Amino acid sequence: MSELGAVTPVFVRGEMVPQRPPPVYRSGLVGMARQRLFNSPTNILLTVVGALLLYFTVVPTVKFLLIDAVWTGANRTDCLAETVGHPVGACWPFVQAKFSQFVYGFYPTPERWRVDLTFALGALLLLPLLIPRAPAKTLNAGLFFVAFPVLAFFLLYGGGVQGFGVTWSADLASGLADSVTRAGRKLATGGPIGSVIGPVLLGLGTLLVWLSWPLVALREWIQASSQPVWLDLLLTAIATTALVFVLTGVRNGWRALATTVGAFVGIAVVIAALRLDRGGLPIVDTRMWGGLLVTLVVSVTGIVASMPVGIALALGRRSTIPLIRIFSVAFIEFWRGVPLITVMFFATYMLPLFLPGNFTIDNLVRVLIGIALFAGAYNAEVIRGGLNAIPRGQAEAASALGLSYWKTTGLIVLPQALRHVIPGLVNSFIALFKDTSLVSIVALFDLLGQLRAAFADPTWSTPTTLFTGFAFTGLIYFVFCFGMSRYSLSVEHRLNAHRRT
Amino acid sequence: MAIDARPPPPQFVAKLRRALGGRSGWKGLIAQVLFVAVLCWIGYEIVDNARDNLANQRIASGFGFMSQTAGFGVSQTLIPYQESDSYTRVFLVGLVNTLLVSAVGIVIATVIGFMVALGRLSPNWLISRIAGGYVEIVRNLPLLFQILFWYLAVLGTLPAPRQSVSLLDSFFLSNRGIVVPRPVGEAGLDGFLVAVLIAVTAAIALPLYARRRLFATGKPMRVWPVVIGLLIGLPLVAVAIFGRPFSFEVPVLRGFNFAGGSRLPPEFVALTLALSTYTAAFIAEVVRAGILSVHKGQMEAGASLGLSRGQTLRLIVIPQALRVILPPLTNQYLNLTKNSSLAVAIGYPDLFSVFAGTTLSQTGQAIEVIAITMGVYLLISLVTSALMSLYAWRINRSMGA
Repeated sequence: MSELGAVTPVFVRGEMVPQRPPPVYRSGLVGMARQRLFNSPTNILLTVVGALLLYFTVVPTVKFLLIDAVWTGANRTDCLAETVGHPVGACWPFVQAKFSQFVYGFYPTPERWRVDLTFALGALLLLPLLIPRAPAKTLNAGLFFVAFPVLAFFLLYGGGVQGFGVTWSADLASGLADSVTRAGRKLATGGPIGSVIGPVLLGLGTLLVWLSWPLVALREWIQASSQPVWLDLLLTAIATTALVFVLTGVRNGWRALATTVGAFVGIAVVIAALRLDRGGLPIVDTRMWGGLLVTLVVSVTGIVASMPVGIALALGRRSTIPLIRIFSVAFIEFWRGVPLITVMFFATYMLPLFLPGNFTIDNLVRVLIGIALFAGAYNAEVIRGGLNAIPRGQAEAASALGLSYWKTTGLIVLPQALRHVIPGLVNSFIALFKDTSLVSIVALFDLLGQLRAAFADPTWSTPTTLFTGFAFTGLIYFVFCFGMSRYSLSVEHRLNAHRRT
Repeated sequence: MAIDARPPPPQFVAKLRRALGGRSGWKGLIAQVLFVAVLCWIGYEIVDNARDNLANQRIASGFGFMSQTAGFGVSQTLIPYQESDSYTRVFLVGLVNTLLVSAVGIVIATVIGFMVALGRLSPNWLISRIAGGYVEIVRNLPLLFQILFWYLAVLGTLPAPRQSVSLLDSFFLSNRGIVVPRPVGEAGLDGFLVAVLIAVTAAIALPLYARRRLFATGKPMRVWPVVIGLLIGLPLVAVAIFGRPFSFEVPVLRGFNFAGGSRLPPEFVALTLALSTYTAAFIAEVVRAGILSVHKGQMEAGASLGLSRGQTLRLIVIPQALRVILPPLTNQYLNLTKNSSLAVAIGYPDLFSVFAGTTLSQTGQAIEVIAITMGVYLLISLVTSALMSLYAWRINRSMGA
């Protein structure tokens, strides 16, 4: 700006500003009020406006929730102004009457102890995990993230198991071999490309059948025995233990051996306690689940399942292998670009079409798959931020020590990265918890869905029922979300201790 | 144990390895081949199963259904639509409704968001606490909860049209929505519109000119009296010359509903309110972070140059804060657009509700309908993120970094 030289810039002050008196430090309530509420005309005006705003929101709310509220009653007439004799606020008997529905949905009453037990176990495992000083974090985390979901499934859904590791891997192997053989046979009959690929696939399928033959034979033998589950468990335990022992090396193997044996003893105890080998607990179909139970099941499963998806996608996005990187980028961008509700519809209406006709999966499970993929894509971006924050020197030092890619990632880079992004992950968990309310659109009755169902009950239709229901449900959501966000703040504070001066 | 020095690999082989498998070389190549094989297998299974399942349910695949007659009514349409129109028309109606609710929501959310952010940063203790409380409460409740709250609890419990709340006997608030007088164009409309257009253009151009002159010559210009004079004066002059631009058709209660006037349906009002107040809380945090990211010294430097607090904010702090604010702000706009699909819960006829809802259940074309719906939202997202990248690139270039 060449013109600037010709004129005097107005931004330079020409005259002295008169001295101002030194600020007077005032302490106490009055001092604070004078300094921060009433120190200038504008501020006084703002304070008055704020006070009026508070007066017109907080006072009616308190009056509605507590002072004018009706606390006991049997049906709608107890919550009507004519009966009570004064304007009626919240109708709490409505919440009392519907409370069990809000928590359990239509879960059969005699079986509700199972839900309570699951909640209690979850809280018992979660609390020490949240307290930084509590010991044995690894064991605790393992129990909460691996053992608890499996246990919770058998507790909530019921049912038993027919076999164990050997049976499952045999099923998987023969399923794969079947699929490849079938594809090969279909392709061999049509098209010029198919007639080339078809026989190759057919050969591959036959090879797979031959390879999986010992496993399948073992499964037949186990199923024919009198105690298939226990025999299978024993065989799986022996095979896994031997594998772990060999893989970790004889010198360090003893510790891993003890862990594996301990895990299998734990599994055996659970199987014995829940009688999983003899059919287990009676099955409660997921259509009967509802309320807070569904909200918690969906959000906890979503959180646990989205973590591995997110980590895999984040690593894939940073991979140097082109196709894996492209796939990860496309996958993440796709799920992040669509609304969650379309994902729910995708899971409800499209997913069944993609599965074999004789294979039906539960509505709840379908929605869970959708949520895990969706939340996984969001988590992947958060985790990628953490991975980017780790200095290159860390990975370079690890490879200078001769560690492989997986060891570098698993032992050096990933733990630091995850530590960095705990607040971000908690944020996406809060978002996920709130988003679970969308399952009520695809006919699953979560907390919000139960609330809407409760409004339809004519026994309780009063002018204030709606507000009462929303106040109660809102309080539950708020307690969960606010608790999580405060906890993440405290974690952030603790992790940044070294940066504070 | 010493490791023997490895001989350098031949250049050609090294290049081939890199080209095929990235930095991991042959291992990467094997991983890619396996990965593609698994993907192909999954893709084949999906296509094969879908074909079998569709054949069993006797559903013809393809987009032929788009030209069939829809045969259902839509409660709110901006473009002409009747029941005999095709599904393509339904799709367009839904898309326009989605864009409408998003645009209105974005404008309101931005205004509320900036106000709350400034309130939270205000030196007034009470105001900052109130703004903080608003953000905490609104952010920690699910959006669907808030939409249902506005729709069922607030708008649903309003009185019926007969007992509606009225303002000046021309604005009515009832459980049928908000009814306002509808402007009807009269003779002077064209001249009036031209006057308004000129006034608005001048009101935008004048401050820009004043700002350029300020930077070029250092002479400040007081523009706001002129701008306000233009905005009010020019239309008034036009009215004086050309006569009344429009008259109002006042709604009257007739039978059980209102006749005349324009009606904002409660679904639209509830959705816009919930979307904008919810997103506003997030925007407030984005704006607050942006303003806090500008160093305190900038404000002090402005003060020491003799600028007033408002001038410092407008000329120094906000432009720098905007760099930090805009990308996450765009993200919030995008979230609002995607979240508008929750309209399906209260029956506002947006894209998702009329297309993935009604059309899907009528035709059963799950794959096509959901693919189109996802594709549209994806397209909106990708276009926005491309614009954001362009913006970030321009900023980086102008900062010389």
